[in-house]
Amino acid sequence: MSGNAAALLEVRDIVIRFGGVTAVGGVSFDVGRHQICGLIGPNGAGKTSLFNCISGFYRPSEGQISLEGQKISDLPRHRMMGLGIGRTFQNLALFRSMTVRQNVLAGAHCQGRAGFLAAALRLASSTREAREAEERARALLALLDLEQFAEIPVAGLPFGWQKRVELARALISRPKLLLLDEPAGGLNHGEVDALAELFHDIRRNFELSILLVEHHMNLVMRVSDKVVALNFGKKIADGTPAEVRATPEVISAYLGEQAHAA
Amino acid sequence: MSELSEAPPSLRSATVRPAPGIPPALLWALGAVALLLPLFMAESFTLFQLTTAAIYAIAILGLNIITGYNGQISLGHGAFYAVGAYVGAIMLDKLNLPYWSTLPAAAVICGILGWGIGRPALRLGGLYLALTTFSLAVAVPQILKYRGIEEWTGGVQGVLVTKPDAPFGLPLNPDQYLYVLTVLLALGVFILARNLMASRLGRAIVAIRDHALAAEAMGMNIANIKTATFAISAAITGLAGALSALAVEFVSPDSFQASLSITLFVGMVVGGVASIFGAVFGGLFVVFMPNIAEGLSKSAPGVIYGIILIAFLFLLPGGVAGLLRRLGARLRR
Ligand SMILES: Nc1ncnc2c1ncn2[C@@H]1O[C@H](COP(=O)(O)OP(=O)(O)OP(=O)(O)O)[C@@H](O)[C@H]1O
Ligand SMILES: [Mg+2]
Repeated sequence: MSGNAAALLEVRDIVIRFGGVTAVGGVSFDVGRHQICGLIGPNGAGKTSLFNCISGFYRPSEGQISLEGQKISDLPRHRMMGLGIGRTFQNLALFRSMTVRQNVLAGAHCQGRAGFLAAALRLASSTREAREAEERARALLALLDLEQFAEIPVAGLPFGWQKRVELARALISRPKLLLLDEPAGGLNHGEVDALAELFHDIRRNFELSILLVEHHMNLVMRVSDKVVALNFGKKIADGTPAEVRATPEVISAYLGEQAHAA
Repeated sequence: MSELSEAPPSLRSATVRPAPGIPPALLWALGAVALLLPLFMAESFTLFQLTTAAIYAIAILGLNIITGYNGQISLGHGAFYAVGAYVGAIMLDKLNLPYWSTLPAAAVICGILGWGIGRPALRLGGLYLALTTFSLAVAVPQILKYRGIEEWTGGVQGVLVTKPDAPFGLPLNPDQYLYVLTVLLALGVFILARNLMASRLGRAIVAIRDHALAAEAMGMNIANIKTATFAISAAITGLAGALSALAVEFVSPDSFQASLSITLFVGMVVGGVASIFGAVFGGLFVVFMPNIAEGLSKSAPGVIYGIILIAFLFLLPGGVAGLLRRLGARLRR
């Protein structure tokens, strides 16, 4: 896969240091178009650090990241969504005073052009945009089974449903690349199964790639086309789920973690 | 993709809101009568107070947009009110320009001023922003007294202004005309603000308050949106200032002490933080409550006002607007 000319996302020699700590020590990999790429690794492996780098929230100390050949690792955060990178957060980051529908609509911000004056005067440009966004929000709420909660303040929803709202909010702008940090975190068995279903639905309905950071091995192996494994900030495996599962370094990293936890 | 571009028809009906009990046309008619009644009933001082309340309502709405909706605490909006009033007074008295031109001019000048001050100040955020804006409120009355600009501002003396006459031979005296003008302008500003807050940018303004990091991930340019919001907020409060110059027929540094900014803040909280309509109650409160307090105790009206204010905050945590929202929800159930 790596070196693929058609890759959507190219991560090259990324180093991330926090003071003296090197969280990520020179990692490269690609995510292809319409590919689901799992990023796994034991606690502290550097997954979230790398994720935040790709989503523009951290700057790499070294190396570069490009989307469709355009270097993105030096752009401000708020440009990412416009370039086609949507994300969710490991811990929920919803707009708490808003309803579910309003949260999803907030994700469509980049698709609007109308300015303050057009909005205040309800000019045609502004109302047309609003109608289009409403229409897409409605379809997404349906796809994610959120319609019955649409007008409820988002803070009143159970945790698992709030995660779905985040997903809808990231999807409404039709990203080319969706970054998900531990979407299964805090979900029960049934909910994880539903999530796996949902990934397939999303893939069917949207033409996008997903980079999935996840602890839940079972889920990652089930939905990913390819998997990248990290340990201590280094890449230890990169291949199909079966290949990665069979890599000795991966086995020992996870066995090590289990021994540590025991 | 194709599946997402059209919603199943069953969804359409699901999103229709439950109809409120009172038809909107009746509400509009009642509102119009309530607004026009003072023209025939009220004596001129009461009419002046109602005009002032409407002017404060506009100013409080301006403050609410940046502080209530965007979460950026300003304790200095009195400064924009003062600048708006002086722009109006100077245009009338020194430049002999028509009164109606002072209103958009004050809004534009305060908007530009808000933009210039907001850009650096909003980077501070939180309590630092509150203190920075408060120092603005403290500085402005002194700047207005400054000798170098006395020729324009009239120094400590201030500037005298006269109320405009009613146009088109309308059978209204100047007090009545100014009341009508203020109420119509307030209505216009409130409708524009409501439209803005219901739009994509209104959502962005609130999103930035709720979760700045997530807002950035949604592609919202925080610095730009905050600055524009501050400018809009300052423009609205500046417009109110220009109206106040016409209503009071006089501007002087002492009319715009730092306490004015606190008064606007009180009005915002009492009316309802992040509420458009709440500003009306905020305006009524800050105009009439001091008088009521004075009626209750000649010797210590400040204490009474304080007690009433605290009682309000305890009994109405979401302000008057919050109370109405709860009542409305109960009626609909
Ligand atoms: N902001 C930070 N400042 C200092 N050190 C950090 C920071 N973020 C992460 N680290 C360190 O970098 C290393 C990698 O952390 P990271 O959060 O990326 O791991 P992770 O793979 O996401 O772990 P987990 O599975 O627990 O979420 C850890 O040693 C962590 O302590
Ligand atoms: Mg992590």
